[in-house]
Amino acid sequence: MKTISIAVYGAPFSSQASYSAYRFTCAALAKGHQVARVFFYQDGVHNATLLATPPQDEFDLCNAWRELKQQHQLDLVVCVAAALRRGVLNESEAKRHDKAGWNLPPEFELSGLGQMVEAAALSDRFLTFGN
Amino acid sequence: MPAPGNQPHQHNPAKKLLFRLSKPPYGRSHAREAIDALLAAAAFEQDVSVLFVGDGLYQLLKNQQPNAIDQKNFTASFGLFNLYGISRIYALDTDLSERGLSAEQLLLPVTSMDRASLTTLLREQDQILSF
Repeated sequence: MKTISIAVYGAPFSSQASYSAYRFTCAALAKGHQVARVFFYQDGVHNATLLATPPQDEFDLCNAWRELKQQHQLDLVVCVAAALRRGVLNESEAKRHDKAGWNLPPEFELSGLGQMVEAAALSDRFLTFGN
Repeated sequence: MPAPGNQPHQHNPAKKLLFRLSKPPYGRSHAREAIDALLAAAAFEQDVSVLFVGDGLYQLLKNQQPNAIDQKNFTASFGLFNLYGISRIYALDTDLSERGLSAEQLLLPVTSMDRASLTTLLREQDQILSF
C-alpha cells in the first residue's frame, strides 16, 4: 500500500489529462492504495465548477470527482490563486471580490500551493497529469 | 493526509523536490505557475532543485518584454531564488547548445550537465514535479 497524491493541470473536455487523472485515482483506490490528495492547479481548476454542463450522453467529470469524494473521503484541493484567475470561486471568495455568482462544488476546497507542496513531500508517489 | 492548512509539518524532514520546467515562458501559463509552485516549496523549507528542459530554458533569457503581449514579466521572480535559498539550477548541456544559449544571456547561473549526470540527479530526488 502506497500513499499517492495527484496533480491535475488539464481542463475537462479540452484535454484528456483530467480524465486520465480520474481513472488513475479510481484504479489506485481499487488496488487498496491511499490517495492522500488530488490537487487541481493551472487549467485543472476547471474540473471544479458546478456550471459545466456536458451533453447528457457524455461523461460528466466534475460530477464523477464529486461522487468519488463522497465514496472515499478524498481530499480535493483547488489552488485559490489559479482558480480566481480563471473564474472558479466559492461563495466567500465571490463575496470578497464582489462577484454576482460562484461555482465551486462543496466537495472541493480552495487553498494555497502549500497544500501541493505538502502532498508532494508526504506522499510515496506524486503524479502529474496534464503537463 | 494529516492536518489540513497551509502550515508545513515541522517534524517532517525536508524532501528533495525537483521542479522540471519544460515550457517556454509565454504562450501558456505553465512557466509562470511553476515558479509560484517552486517558491511555495522553498517557503515550506523543502530541498528544491530546478531543472530547465528544452524550450523551458527560454524562461531564463534576460531583457524579456512581455508587456508587449499583455503579459506580466514574471522573470522578476527569479530574483527571489537567492532569498529563498534556491541555488541548485540545472540544464542539459545539449539543450543549451542546441539553442545557442550561453551563461551571460541567462538571468540565473545554471549548472550544465550531460545525460549521465542528469540521470544521477533525477535518481537522488524524492519527487519530481513537472511543468
